[in-house]
Amino acid sequence: MEGSSAESALSVSANSIRITDLTQDGDVLMFAITSQKLNSSAGVCVFREHEDFEWLQQSLFSQENVPGLQGIIFPPLPPKALPLQSNMQTKALKQLGFLALGQDWQGYCKALEFYLQQVATHPTLCKCKALDSFLINSESPGKQRGRKGIFNRLSQAVEEMRKESHKDVDNFFQNERNKNTNITALSKIATEKLIDVVMTEQKLALACGHFSTSLHLCVNQDDAAAVAFSKVCLKLSDIIEAVKQNFEKVASNNLTTLGLGLDLESRYQEAEKEMLFRRTCKLIELETVKKSTEKAKANKREVMEEFQKAVEKEFNLISSVAKEEIERFHSSRVNVLKNFLIGWCEQQLNTARECAELYSQHLEACRNMYSE
Amino acid sequence: MSGSSCGRNPPPFPENEDQEAELDTRVLDSDEYDDEGEDIFTGARSKPITPTSAPDEGDIFSEEGSYIRTDVHHATNGLHSDEELDLFTEATVELTLTNTTSQGRREIIGPTASACNTTHVPNSILKPSIVTKTMEELEEEESGDQFELNIAVTNPEKIGDGMNAYMSYKVSTQTTLPMFLNKTFTVRRRFSDFLGLYEKMSAKHSLLGCIIPPPPQKSVVGMTKVKVGKEDSSSAEFVEKRRAALERYLQRVVAHPSLLQDPDVREFLERDELPRAVNTQTLSGPGLLKMINRASDAVNKMTIKMNESDNWFESKLQEVENEEQLLRRLHAAVDSLVNHRKELCSNTAVFSKSVAMLGSVEENSALSRALSQLAEVKDKMEQLHQQQAFSDFFILAELLADYVRLLGAVRCCFEQRVKVWQRLQEAQSTLQKKREAEAKLLWANKPEKLQQAKDDINEWESKVSQYERDLERVTCTVRKEVLRFEKEKARDFKQHIMKYLESLLHTQHRLVKCWEAFLPEAKAIA
Repeated sequence: MEGSSAESALSVSANSIRITDLTQDGDVLMFAITSQKLNSSAGVCVFREHEDFEWLQQSLFSQENVPGLQGIIFPPLPPKALPLQSNMQTKALKQLGFLALGQDWQGYCKALEFYLQQVATHPTLCKCKALDSFLINSESPGKQRGRKGIFNRLSQAVEEMRKESHKDVDNFFQNERNKNTNITALSKIATEKLIDVVMTEQKLALACGHFSTSLHLCVNQDDAAAVAFSKVCLKLSDIIEAVKQNFEKVASNNLTTLGLGLDLESRYQEAEKEMLFRRTCKLIELETVKKSTEKAKANKREVMEEFQKAVEKEFNLISSVAKEEIERFHSSRVNVLKNFLIGWCEQQLNTARECAELYSQHLEACRNMYSE
Repeated sequence: MSGSSCGRNPPPFPENEDQEAELDTRVLDSDEYDDEGEDIFTGARSKPITPTSAPDEGDIFSEEGSYIRTDVHHATNGLHSDEELDLFTEATVELTLTNTTSQGRREIIGPTASACNTTHVPNSILKPSIVTKTMEELEEEESGDQFELNIAVTNPEKIGDGMNAYMSYKVSTQTTLPMFLNKTFTVRRRFSDFLGLYEKMSAKHSLLGCIIPPPPQKSVVGMTKVKVGKEDSSSAEFVEKRRAALERYLQRVVAHPSLLQDPDVREFLERDELPRAVNTQTLSGPGLLKMINRASDAVNKMTIKMNESDNWFESKLQEVENEEQLLRRLHAAVDSLVNHRKELCSNTAVFSKSVAMLGSVEENSALSRALSQLAEVKDKMEQLHQQQAFSDFFILAELLADYVRLLGAVRCCFEQRVKVWQRLQEAQSTLQKKREAEAKLLWANKPEKLQQAKDDINEWESKVSQYERDLERVTCTVRKEVLRFEKEKARDFKQHIMKYLESLLHTQHRLVKCWEAFLPEAKAIA
């Protein structure tokens, strides 16, 4: 298309992006993405699989002519999900963490939706053509792998870790790096612990189910006493069924609100970490170049100095973009967490109230039944 | 004992060593009674629950069916039976009167005997007036004079040190029953005392076909931990579990109308110092004897089959066995529920800590505060989950476990009946042999030995008829006991379900409060 900056960002409204449906075709999950066109009331719907998302992410990484691209905190893409098979639970958990626990992929879809919204609302990234075509073209981007992009996921090579702890020249960034390291670790742990809680809640629901079913076996109509006893058992069975449903709802609430929020926070902190790392790598490169330049022989000196200036310019660009990004990140993440926490609390409160109401009704019924 | 009318005692059980002394005087009476044969008070006699029953049944009848209250007759106290009779004219332990089905009433009143034994004369003379009067009486009594008996087992205390240490429990009774010396009293008992009580009652009552509530189980592991002095939560839990179980055990014992009358029970509740029950230890002489007996019983069970005229016993036994299996399964289900809840507790606690840590490194102060609030909320929830787990356990799991054991006791009860039948069979065959011996003697014409043979036959004939009556009585008792048990069971379960539901509701309300407290904090994040 035409010139980059003149072009309006996106032809659809960022807030209207939704993932409305999910179909499973063998091993492949297909997502239906709808959005609203900006200048008309028309809606667009496209079908994408995870590979297409990956293509989008790569395209974002490999944009050219974007100054300080490396200073951008890229919205994290949820990893690929395998359709759930029961024996794959633990494997899925390792891979996807939270997102593997939802019954109906609700959490996972929400996470993907969030990803798209984040990309679309990012002042720089929304201009990427790939996003527009991703959202509008009826044809999927296909298996274009394209260039691998400038950088891959962080690996934990010893080399990298050494670089990671390289002292910074700027206090702001040094602080930020320290904080980020802390929060990343802690939020990961919190997410894991919440997963444990949710899994126990699911186990409780199952145990309740067993108990409730076993109670049905106690029904016996032989004589008056047996009938009375059977009634009691059936009543208990109903109560336990209510307990079970409560646990299921509680677990589901945990998943779709707090769980999602913590997971997002955790992955976003990781994304920030990667950005900071890229900058640190650049810093190391710069320092290395500076040293080489100082040591360089006179004839090479000029070339080296030119090179050094270029690197320095890049580094400064990255740093300034990074600073903006960090501030943007800080303010938005508090908001995001706040919304998740409120949503979580409200949902759990509703569920708890409904459950109390149900128990209350059962108690009334019991009292009436037994007073006769 | 006054006049002839007080000779209405059921024949004593020869096996009952405990009762031997007291009943000695009765033996003569009963023989006398046997000669008199069936009479209008035969029906009255069938209060088979107590071996030591009313001296004055004639009087009782005239005293408007107070005979129903089987608890009145604890003549083993020996003395002042008449006076006691007067005192207890109106006495009821309220639980006796839960037999409110007409069938139950009919069984107790008047011609219960006719239900068990067809040879008795129906008390047509007595039935109409006494029965109706008694029914009215019963209703009046139910709403009127109810005597109470409340028992609590509390304050477990460790006495002594090391492996000789033991837990002593406070047993407090509060009662309006006149048969006790005081209205409220307390004693201290240890676990072996409870077991001793069970042994005594078992020896006395099980042959009659009573369902004797089983005591809580011994636990070497649990007790050793306590003895060794481990002050951790698991040994505290163990002591609490045992305390609650002992309480339920005693409550069940006194809920049984005839067991309540047993002087051993009274002694257990009242007497300051009890002689140490040594035959409850597993490896003691009596302990080993018990094990051997149990083994031989098991063998007997397999080889003996009663021929029943009435299918009721067979089908009931089958029902009991099925139910025992079902309850075991239910118990396992509740157990797993309890364990998962405990797991939820610990997971919630861990999660709470991790959130607290996040809150502490968080820069944004509102978010930080919200996160610490969240950690606190989760902490409170952990406690709630913990409480609910206890509730699950004590209300449901222990109830089911108790009933699994109780059903075992019911089965024992059926087995006792078979034993009584066996004894009858043996006596009948002995009688047959004696008769044959007599015939042989007659044929061989040996008059000297004939007298002996005739005496033998008489002896065995009376034994046979006694055992026949025993069998009828046991049959009646077992039937009655089973019906009472089933009603109690339904009532017990109802009560517990209500309690459980109430606890669920209570926890849920507190949970709602937790969330309501957190919401403003979440909204306050800027």
